[in-house]
Amino acid sequence: MDEIAIHVREAYKVFHKQSLFPWNRKNGHGEKKRVVAVDSISFDVSKGEIFGVLGPNGSGKSTLIRLIATLLLPDSGAVTVFGHDVVHDRIAVQRLINRVSVEASFFKKLSPMENLIFGARLYGLSAQQARVQILEILTRLGLERSTISKPVEEMSRGMQQKVAIARALLTRPAVLLMDEPTTGLDPRSKREVQALVRELRDQDETTILLTTHDMVEAEMLCDRIAIMDAGKIVALDTPEKLCAMVPSHNGRSPTLEDVFLELTGKKLIEEDDVE
Amino acid sequence: MISATTRQLRASYAFVERNAHLVKRYWSWELVWLAYSIANSLSVSYIGLGMEQISGQEIDGRYLVLYLVVGTLVWRYLSLIFYWITDVIGLERWEGTIEYTLMAPIHRLTHMAGQTAFAVAYSLLFTAIILAVTVKLFQIDLTNANLFGMTLVMLSGSLSFIGIGIVGSILPLLFPERGAQMTHVIIAMLLLVSGVYYPVAVLPPTLRMLSVFSPATYVLDGTRKALLDGLPTAQLWPSIWPTLVAGAIAIPIGLWVFGLAERYAKRTGKLHRNG
Ligand SMILES: Nc1ncnc2c1ncn2[C@@H]1O[C@H](COP(=O)(O)OP(=O)(O)OP(=O)(O)O)[C@@H](O)[C@H]1O
Ligand SMILES: [Mg+2]
Repeated sequence: MDEIAIHVREAYKVFHKQSLFPWNRKNGHGEKKRVVAVDSISFDVSKGEIFGVLGPNGSGKSTLIRLIATLLLPDSGAVTVFGHDVVHDRIAVQRLINRVSVEASFFKKLSPMENLIFGARLYGLSAQQARVQILEILTRLGLERSTISKPVEEMSRGMQQKVAIARALLTRPAVLLMDEPTTGLDPRSKREVQALVRELRDQDETTILLTTHDMVEAEMLCDRIAIMDAGKIVALDTPEKLCAMVPSHNGRSPTLEDVFLELTGKKLIEEDDVE
Repeated sequence: MISATTRQLRASYAFVERNAHLVKRYWSWELVWLAYSIANSLSVSYIGLGMEQISGQEIDGRYLVLYLVVGTLVWRYLSLIFYWITDVIGLERWEGTIEYTLMAPIHRLTHMAGQTAFAVAYSLLFTAIILAVTVKLFQIDLTNANLFGMTLVMLSGSLSFIGIGIVGSILPLLFPERGAQMTHVIIAMLLLVSGVYYPVAVLPPTLRMLSVFSPATYVLDGTRKALLDGLPTAQLWPSIWPTLVAGAIAIPIGLWVFGLAERYAKRTGKLHRNG
């Protein structure tokens, strides 16, 4: 039996559009808005696995990642990381994880170096340790040395995204949560990040949970993929088996994109329209 | 392996260093802020010199100036501490880094201790500069003043403002849009009841009753006794112990309330607004 890194059991998260003040609560129609972002989902991710989560916009991918990252508390159900509960054992979980999100989020006036050393210190690293590693990782990600001490606000989005990836790698997480890590990267940078993800798994046995809107990337990288729709997991399997789930179109073997469109019920363009 | 304490200490220092970097990066804004504060202090202090002409009676203008100088300085010092601590969340929400900081494996005490250490150091330095300018301009004679006792009163007075600041810092957690502005209300109320520019005896009974509960009342009283009357340190105790008690109550309450607010924010999804 493989060691289980991430364990999600019946996790449920609902958001209410409601003000803290009772007198502000009634909106125009007197109803309150309720969004079930993660709807009783369960799955396990083994140690060293690259686990993909696909799904349309608003299907609950980022919410799921935040539940594992201790940034949101589940309304019911359980989430554990290497046996530590995200609610009751917050710090133990936090020591094991890190996260890369779509938006890079830095102190814009500070340099990547200053931002990353701040991050490293929060995890108990010394500045000397961190400095060596930062240079190593940023060089590995193809970031020019001259940019390391300039304000982050002067960098392009893709460059900032690399710094965000460096921030996560710096703490050597056992579980890495990557929320659309390659969105906004040019093709070469994208490949560098993908290679890095593979390397992390192969060399350090890092467990990686990754969301992406790039089907090719998902197929290439992930050992298993969960497809989410409206907060639920509608399919979970290896990329090959997922592709086998839908019938072939016009003699062409189905791609992950076909599966995605079929299962998430948001088939915007019918096959006939294309012909 | 490094000890857990070393790790938490490094994490605390992370906040000190980060804030120092931010101040350095925004140095021109700091100069503007300093100029504003000095102008403010001076214009209040000149009321003391003008009083004789305004009232047409003979008044000890020198004493009055010093009375007001103490008011502006102590108030500047305490409100600076308050604002730096309150900004512990506001600052990061603005940059979007809050999710990363709250995801770090540190205790909230570690977090606050770092922010507090910086707040006290910054506020002391800032106030000392204003004091130096004021003393020079009004040719204030401090030879009889008990400067050591004054510092002691101000430092012990900071404790309670740290606690109040931590309570104030939850506002940006609860109200992402307007929370930061709401903290001004707290400071304005304290300014009204604490006898910053007048003896609390002139206040109507209800407000005067409130002044008893404001730690600033004691800080101002003690500072005036040390600076104006040159009272020896031993006799300043009546102004010191109430602020120590207030601190011993306010800081644990602050941390507790902060914990509740953090849980609320993680339950309702108030930490992030996008992505
Ligand atoms: N903090 C929040 N407050 C209120 N509603 C939220 C919050 N975060 C997410 N939601 C809602 O929950 C649902 C799921 O959002 P989520 O961000 O998890 O989707 P996603 O799958 O990551 O989408 P995308 O592909 O666009 O990133 C959406 O309807 C969203 O509006
Ligand atoms: Mg998302």
